[in-house]
Amino acid sequence: MSEGDKVSTGPETPDKQPPAQTTTQDEANAPSRSEGQNVDTTTAQESAGGSVPAVHGPGDPVTMARKQGMFGGSLGGDTSGYGGLDAPVLFPGAAERPYGSYFDEVVDALEAAAPRAFADGLERVVVDRGELTLHVHRDHLLALVRPLRDDPRLRFEVCTGVSGVHWPEQTGAELHAVYHFQSITHGVRRVRIDVTCPDGDPRIPSIVGVYPANDWHERETWDMFGIVFEGHPGLTRILMPDDWPGHPQRKDYPLGGIPVEYKGATIPAPDQRRSYT
Amino acid sequence: MATTHEHTKPDQGADYLEDTPTDLYAEGGPTSDSVDGGAVYTAGGGDWDDIAKDVATLGAERIVVNMGPQHPSTHGVLRLILELDGETVREARAGIGYLHTGIEKNMEFRTWVQGTTFCTRMDYLTPIFNETAYCLSIEKLLGITDQIPQRASDIRVLMMELNRIGSHLIALATGGMELGATTVMTIGFRERERTLRFFEAVSGLRMNNAYVRPGGVAQDVLPEHLDQLEEELPALRRGIGELEKLLLESPVLKGRTVDVGYLSLANCMALGVTGPILRSTGLPHDLRKAQPYCGYETYDFDVITRREMDAYSRICIRLDEIWQSIRIAEQAIARLRASQGDPVMVADKKIAWPAQMSVGADGQGNSLDHIRTIMGESMESLIHHFKLVTEGFRVPPGQAYAAVESPKGELGVHAVSDGGTRPYRVHFRDPSFNNLQAASAMSEGSLVADVIVAVASIDPVMGGVDR
Repeated sequence: MSEGDKVSTGPETPDKQPPAQTTTQDEANAPSRSEGQNVDTTTAQESAGGSVPAVHGPGDPVTMARKQGMFGGSLGGDTSGYGGLDAPVLFPGAAERPYGSYFDEVVDALEAAAPRAFADGLERVVVDRGELTLHVHRDHLLALVRPLRDDPRLRFEVCTGVSGVHWPEQTGAELHAVYHFQSITHGVRRVRIDVTCPDGDPRIPSIVGVYPANDWHERETWDMFGIVFEGHPGLTRILMPDDWPGHPQRKDYPLGGIPVEYKGATIPAPDQRRSYT
Repeated sequence: MATTHEHTKPDQGADYLEDTPTDLYAEGGPTSDSVDGGAVYTAGGGDWDDIAKDVATLGAERIVVNMGPQHPSTHGVLRLILELDGETVREARAGIGYLHTGIEKNMEFRTWVQGTTFCTRMDYLTPIFNETAYCLSIEKLLGITDQIPQRASDIRVLMMELNRIGSHLIALATGGMELGATTVMTIGFRERERTLRFFEAVSGLRMNNAYVRPGGVAQDVLPEHLDQLEEELPALRRGIGELEKLLLESPVLKGRTVDVGYLSLANCMALGVTGPILRSTGLPHDLRKAQPYCGYETYDFDVITRREMDAYSRICIRLDEIWQSIRIAEQAIARLRASQGDPVMVADKKIAWPAQMSVGADGQGNSLDHIRTIMGESMESLIHHFKLVTEGFRVPPGQAYAAVESPKGELGVHAVSDGGTRPYRVHFRDPSFNNLQAASAMSEGSLVADVIVAVASIDPVMGGVDR
């Protein structure tokens, strides 16, 4: 890009006066950085997900998927936008103590309350973006969730539901059930539990017995992702019709849609449009 | 409303039911005489067989009533399956999904910014809350939470509190209408209109605003908007006072709502119920205080609680929360007057929407100044604009959960990014969806008429429940 052009007026100048010409366009458009910025988005903007945030645990990042496509890669000198994209999707790896905040306290209390399930079932502790995530093996979910609610040091009284995530390329752990818990007793502490199951055997024990609030949430996740919550009192579809085939929010389920004609041009269905990811 | 009369011989059981040919739409409706001891079902769902089997074993006098999905008292397309013993509700189940629109799935095929136009339509009475929760989760993923300009947060707070007033007014208005009080409805809608006029002036839209955007808000609030709002506030106060006078000491309302829809603190915890229902048990849990966002910790307001745990106390809580919202809104107005001219979008130009929107003669669009710049003066700005608008910004991989205190309770957003320009997965924990689970606990054992009151006190909005 050439220097000397007028700098674009950003939204931060309500009087719409361009600022004094002091920098090149690239500099003007570079993300601002401050002390408090704990995630640098520059790398993310340029490497299409092939990087994890600067602040993460010392453990190796976890590869969730691989992105491939014609567009999106912008590292290197190619300015055509047609650089080709081939990059892994990396999630933050395991954190190391001290986790910071109240996280150490929560993890210690959980270990003390359920030592065996903790040793066998807790696969990974991740601290990312100020949130604590416990990756738990499905066989030990119930043994860890009960003390989570009942132990006075933990007291996560409220389960704010389960959310399914489908990672088709994560062989053996394609389906994720992500639970969020909240402790009101201890002043709104939150912890996330991430449980996986393979696509071929999509079973995860139901926690409705411990958290009745999860009844509809588990039904929704069954409906949308096909995760069978074993022990649920009535695992039926909740949002889709009872005779609906398939589980709509899985990644292999098409969005559908038809091309729309507008003033002579045809706009393809949303899932057929060009993707820059 | 479909009614099923159930007269089954106890010894015949389910096999008998399957063999009996029934005419669902027979003239005059099914009665015990017309079918000679058989059972007639008007089924509305695939799981009906199970319900029928249950009913068959229970005896003769139970009636199953399908209330909804289209019924003026059910807040939209909610279906309540009530099993009645005379006038008493023995079992109540809620059937939902009639307004499922696949918003979460659709969002995965649009950019992060476009997602706001989808999620604003979920709970259509609380659009600003949906947008704010969604944007807070994106900002958490981007790690720019603390870079959001103060003015943008203040605008968010002002908009949210006005939206809370609007939502609470609808809760009271429709609740009153369900009890037969149409004046409550007209006053409620009339007063809500005052908040909508402000939304329209600022964002160009009354509802479904898509006003809160990742990094800030779509356009600035101008002094004339604030003038307009301040002119409306005395009238709003008067109207809410009117509503209070009309409702709070009305013997009819008290007769219908006191001790109805009871839900204790233990039940609330077990069922994950939040919002006014939880605060009606005396627990002062409000995320605005307990886990502040958008700078709520710097505002002066009270968390309203009651101890009666019934529908009446929830009405009182909603009315008092409206007063608190006005209190917050006034503080926000003062701050916005003081910070006029400050940015309302994050400074990071790789994330910030390149232009402020403006409302022109032909509707809402990019500001003409901006168009002049990108079309006539700066090629780079045009490229930058084009890239951001068509391609969008990238969000670093990971997951985040952000929650706001919506008028109905905790509205949580679980956002997952794979590093792309589109959300990999966004899940909305809508408070109505969760709280509606409590409808059974609130209404079983009570009269049919109390079901309406119990559901009204939950204030479910099916757009949010079904998403």
